[in-house]
Amino acid sequence: MDFNFEPEEEAFRAEVRKFIEENKPESFNPYGGRDQAVIEEWNRKLAEKHWIGFSWPKEEGGGGGSLLEQFILKEEMSAAKAPPLGSDFMGLQWVGPALIRHGTDEQKQRFLPDLLNSRSYWCTGYSEPDVGSDLASLTTRAVLDGDHYVVNGSKIWTTAAHVAQNIFLLVRTTTEDETRESRYGGITCLLAPMDTPGIEVRPINSLIGQHSFNQTFFNDVKVPLENRLGAEGEGWQVVMGALANERSGISESTGKERELEALKELARTSRKNGRPVLEDPSVRRQIAGFETRISAMRLNGLRYLTKQLNGQHPSSETSVNKAISNSLALAMSDLAMSFLGSEGQLAGAEQLRSLAMHGSVIGGGAPNIQRNIIAERILGLPKD
Amino acid sequence: MNFGFSEEQELLRQEVRKFLDEQCPIEEVRRIAETPDGYASEQWKQLGELGWLGLVIPERYGGSDLGWEELVVLLEETGRTLFPAPLISTTLAASAILASGNDAQKERWLPRIADGSCIGAPALIEESDVLGPAGIQLRGEPDGDGFVLRGEKRFVPDGAQANLVVVAFRTGDSEQDLSLSLIETSATGVSTEEVRTVDRTKRLATLKLDAVRVGPEAILGRPGGAAAAIADLLDRGAIAVTAEIIGASEGAHALTVQYAKDRVQFGSPIGRFQGVKHPLAEGYVDIEATKSLLYHAAWALDASPEDVAFSASKAKGLASEAFTRIGVTGIQLHGAVGYTEEYDIQLYLKRSKWARPMYGGEDYHYDRVATFGGI
Repeated sequence: MDFNFEPEEEAFRAEVRKFIEENKPESFNPYGGRDQAVIEEWNRKLAEKHWIGFSWPKEEGGGGGSLLEQFILKEEMSAAKAPPLGSDFMGLQWVGPALIRHGTDEQKQRFLPDLLNSRSYWCTGYSEPDVGSDLASLTTRAVLDGDHYVVNGSKIWTTAAHVAQNIFLLVRTTTEDETRESRYGGITCLLAPMDTPGIEVRPINSLIGQHSFNQTFFNDVKVPLENRLGAEGEGWQVVMGALANERSGISESTGKERELEALKELARTSRKNGRPVLEDPSVRRQIAGFETRISAMRLNGLRYLTKQLNGQHPSSETSVNKAISNSLALAMSDLAMSFLGSEGQLAGAEQLRSLAMHGSVIGGGAPNIQRNIIAERILGLPKD
Repeated sequence: MNFGFSEEQELLRQEVRKFLDEQCPIEEVRRIAETPDGYASEQWKQLGELGWLGLVIPERYGGSDLGWEELVVLLEETGRTLFPAPLISTTLAASAILASGNDAQKERWLPRIADGSCIGAPALIEESDVLGPAGIQLRGEPDGDGFVLRGEKRFVPDGAQANLVVVAFRTGDSEQDLSLSLIETSATGVSTEEVRTVDRTKRLATLKLDAVRVGPEAILGRPGGAAAAIADLLDRGAIAVTAEIIGASEGAHALTVQYAKDRVQFGSPIGRFQGVKHPLAEGYVDIEATKSLLYHAAWALDASPEDVAFSASKAKGLASEAFTRIGVTGIQLHGAVGYTEEYDIQLYLKRSKWARPMYGGEDYHYDRVATFGGI
């Protein structure tokens, strides 16, 4: 084992730090109030370095960064509280990788440059009103009619559908009996421009009154055949590869480290019954438990990264970090609120963060779904 | 960056597994656990021949000249099968001699530890749950060029089996004024009294010292200068026990997962129910997290000493907490048969009672993590 990075990797880390020092916008607030022009300038400089889509192959316009370089880039950016590596999170996180893996040359040329240069936003049509965690039971239907599909149905929790140019859409293309095999086999992935006639977006406000997701309706929407990603019936494979990307969690620990620093600061200044909360050994112990698990997340990430470097695919193992991250988010928020006492009744920033936290825990697979994945795919327990 | 075991290390794991499967299956573990000594001297000799007792001892002292990563591999496997032997204690005695001993002490003891003719044990603690310098109150009265010790050490692992104990004592009032000495249990005034443990595969004793003289040849390092060496020994103990915890956690978890697949109730294997599969998933997550922390701590021992204390405490803190939970979950998911002597899961629950406080439980270690973390 060797936890040291090679000289060339350390040199890359120094390059990233220098870039951040020279280019990180001062006024940027990670919790909102983003200045559009500042972010555009940041994205432009990132694109020059090929650090947006850094993991993608060079021939697709990406940065061709090695797994370790990606780790270093994300870790440094997160530690410096820099703005994200490109604004289109969903597009970069899984639409791009799916296009590279399954897309035709024409599709790649059409969509990848805009993604890399932050000229487009993607939204994702997975969940439906009656289809949440059990994604394979989706019912939005696409029927092939000559050179296009006709889509009817509805998607929900479509984040950014009101600003996106395109939707990465999962639909059902067969009508066989819904046995388990055909449930997976009958799913197809389509790429549809959001201005296609028949698409209607209705806002859904979150519990803190924020409009970030929507319900999206499809009424006889015509999607050209050339917009199908992968073969008909292969949508499940396309999307599972994409979700594994979402759950990889390699750099999640740096975000949690920052949250822990904020929690420690809150602990240092909080009092209960006139005494500092840090005099309570159980508070110290809880915080130490968080610190321990955050270290474990970072090390898990490196352990799975080593597996990848050795040519293995850390498929379901990525659920482990997502599970730790979820438990931490809930427990850390709970402790912060206990520090606030009566202040917790007021609508301040900390209180709103503790409410908004639920969205990030549920997104990408609710905690019990992660437990199911671990139990069934890793431990081999029978499916529900 | 390479966070994985090498081919040689994986090969060692296979060899250890093969040895344990053949020589010490669970029926044999149960039999040995009921013998007075609690270990099989024939097997102990074999471990010496295989080079596993001197794993971290340099070649010139008859050892295998490997590191703590290899030791972790060995202990994960002995933990998995609950192998009963004074392995951790003896390795820690060797570590203390390696770290602080002079050439004569190394030449005298290390080859005997490596070949199995000497069982060693650290004797550090006097009071339950006081691990730091404040817990070492045994006083060395000056006696010419040495000291005389009168008092007791408690919770000495494998104390009754040991030929050689590494005894921590105090030579002054300042907190850090500590010394380490090598005392043969056959010496005049030394006696050991075994106390009955819950986990019969692990033995503890009280060491009684009645005017035992410690000459300069028996002092490890400088008198009054052993505080750092004692702290290092405690960290190594925590790391070694965490390695056995990982193995034992995986052993207990595998038994429980298998039971959940086999046991049919309400027309289906109970592992189909989320009330059963979710605690098992959480156990897996805890084991994975603890493994990562453990491997980092073991790597730090040889490669990055300034990281050892912090990473050892994270590893042992989580291990103590998680193994306790995995043991309890194991019994509960087995149901009534989990409460019987016949089923093996209870042996792992008992092991967790030994492992949790050994070289510090989660309260001790998380307190250190909090301090290192700046609160």
